[in-house]
Amino acid sequence: MAKHKTDNLDELKNGKWPSFVKELEKASEKSERTKDLLGQLEKSYVDGINYWKHGGMVGVRGYGGGVVGRFSNLPEEFPGVKECHTARLLPVPGLFYTSDILRKLSDVCDKYAGAIFNFHGSTGDIQILGFKQEDAEEMFQDLIKIGFDLGGSGSALRTPSCCVGPARCEWACYDTLNACREITNHFIDEVHRPPFYYKFKIKFSGCPIDCTASGARSDMSVVGIWKDNIKINQKAVEDYAEQFDIQKYVVDLCPSKCIKYKDGILKIDDNYCVKCMHCISAMPKALSPGDEKGAQLRLGAKAPIVEGPRLGFVLVPFYDINKDMKEGYPFFTDLVQRIWDFWDEYGKNRERIGELVQRVGIGNFLEEIGMDPSPAMVAHPRTNPYIRFEEYFEEEEEGNEKK
Amino acid sequence: MGKQLERITDIGVIDYKDFLPPIIKNNYGKWEYHEVIRSGVLMHVSKNGEKLYSVRVGSPRLLSTDTIRAFAGLAEKYCGGYLRFTTRNNVEFLIDNKESIDPLIKKVTAMGFPVGGIDNTLGNIVHTQGWIHCHTSASDASGVVKAIMDELYDYFVEPVLPAKVRLAFACCLNMCGSVATSDIAIVAVHRRPPKIDHEKLRNICEIPTIISSCPVNAIRPATVNGKASVEVDEDLCFYCGNCFTVCGAMPIADKLNDGLAIFVGGKVSNVRTKPSFSKLAIPFISNNPPRWPEVVDAVRTILDAYKKGARKGERVGEWIDRIGWPRFFETTGFEFTKYHIDDFRLAETTMNYSNHVTL
Repeated sequence: MAKHKTDNLDELKNGKWPSFVKELEKASEKSERTKDLLGQLEKSYVDGINYWKHGGMVGVRGYGGGVVGRFSNLPEEFPGVKECHTARLLPVPGLFYTSDILRKLSDVCDKYAGAIFNFHGSTGDIQILGFKQEDAEEMFQDLIKIGFDLGGSGSALRTPSCCVGPARCEWACYDTLNACREITNHFIDEVHRPPFYYKFKIKFSGCPIDCTASGARSDMSVVGIWKDNIKINQKAVEDYAEQFDIQKYVVDLCPSKCIKYKDGILKIDDNYCVKCMHCISAMPKALSPGDEKGAQLRLGAKAPIVEGPRLGFVLVPFYDINKDMKEGYPFFTDLVQRIWDFWDEYGKNRERIGELVQRVGIGNFLEEIGMDPSPAMVAHPRTNPYIRFEEYFEEEEEGNEKK
Repeated sequence: MGKQLERITDIGVIDYKDFLPPIIKNNYGKWEYHEVIRSGVLMHVSKNGEKLYSVRVGSPRLLSTDTIRAFAGLAEKYCGGYLRFTTRNNVEFLIDNKESIDPLIKKVTAMGFPVGGIDNTLGNIVHTQGWIHCHTSASDASGVVKAIMDELYDYFVEPVLPAKVRLAFACCLNMCGSVATSDIAIVAVHRRPPKIDHEKLRNICEIPTIISSCPVNAIRPATVNGKASVEVDEDLCFYCGNCFTVCGAMPIADKLNDGLAIFVGGKVSNVRTKPSFSKLAIPFISNNPPRWPEVVDAVRTILDAYKKGARKGERVGEWIDRIGWPRFFETTGFEFTKYHIDDFRLAETTMNYSNHVTL
């Protein structure tokens, strides 16, 4: 029996796409809190505004994040959502689950929270919705017992995420699942105890198709790439030639015009290939990434707040992440640490790393973290002559007098 | 005391190896190629010749424990208990026995969950929490998504678009969804500067923090009724809400003036063209719950024009780049206004410095 009248939300039970309202209703059969969540949501639909309070400290002992506080602005009307907090859990890398673990997670969610999840939140956490501060500690320990730790929130390393990688993709140039797990664990303190000016995100994609959107969403984007030649199976090329026009749909669309298809033979001048993945994804049986695999790092992507959205720029055109993996990722973790040290030294409140390096100049940033500039980092060199030279000749310096 | 000692923290990320189906363990890193064998079903073939079938199922992201258990039950019945989620809120059942595909699809569609979202489809919408669970939201998220996917359901289940279309929704400019770089991006916006509760501000906020939170220096110290507070230069404010995020005494949500903006033509992947931001198509549509019909119409208009005009394989942004923005506004009928011309940080880079114009 519904506790609140929800005419607007009832309308969203119609239609072919699965309804979140039906999910909330199922959950509300188990949870008084979710009943009031539906009631408050209906009021938002009528009034055109949300009814959540700003902020409020919640959490578990010793952690500075992982639990996001939500308090209703209308606790008298909807007592169930007076407290209605979210727990973010580090997901299984690659988002693989078994029926057994999903049932265990559901049991915890039913016991302490609103019988409702976000599978998954935008950053990739499993989110358990609708519990109270007084239950947070016990719920956390129950989650730990089944193997799940809390993820990041606030000015922390947010829960890193990865694509499906070598578990189910032939294009993965490194083990994204391993990298995601090991590197998250290396920096687990930065996940749990926010040390930064603002959030920092790391995402791992196995190839430049970038299924985690790392280049657009993560301060540090790790994208798999190869250095040598694309592998060609000419027999499979012949098969594709019977299915579609290779000249029109593959050769002509190559951004660096480095493919030739003549007399039934496909040739690639890999010296000019930018590894865009078009030809490989158009003919997956015929073409595949080369053998010399590694990763490319891009820095500084972010959403609009504060200084506008940014995409990540190339920081490291290629490095051998597969070798780094065998050693426990020393190159990657050292580099990230140097970047964080720089941020710590020069950043300001709520300034993301991409905004900071823009403010101080990317050249200066590179110098500080000990990295050489590379033409791969820029779309083109500067077009203006306003160069801040750091050196000039003095008249009296030896050797500089006009002869 | 004893109890405290038992407390466990910082266990880190769970080991994914415990959750991989045997066929994946056997073929980890050994996949050779994949094919879409029917709408919503991928076949990955390994170098050993083993075949893994993934059935992709759309979900509303917000899932009850009942539904999670029902998915678990299906996984047990048809695929040894193994399933995964995608980065776009789909569920994928991981099947090593081809015979199980049809019965699984029958069961899961009977439960009301669609199979599709692969290749040239409208993929499931990445979205945020909205009014359901967020204090900075300028709109609901799940409701708009539901309304759009109900209307464009056929584009999810059948791959009939020129290329894949990625739609994302964010309920404020924080953009928790990967909105800024989508084929179609919908973002909820405010249109009025924050209202200041001076009494509350004094008690709960730090004035220097508020002032430095503003990207356009629109917030200045002010003395109100003899007490320290701030004032907002309404000519400069563009309603990003960052001041509200740092100070709860500056609410910006406004039932009359909150709504949605639609951006188009962005992409994340490096395939053919570089990743790019989505660009403004419609600056503002008022919130109109429960089904936001004007927003659904606008998305339908974009997709219809794209479907009609794009070449096979062209993403929305590639299509617009080829036909030019004047043609885009002409074919969609959307009005081009002064709001479409950028006036923020990188504005100068967005003008047309050439004689290249379609007339």
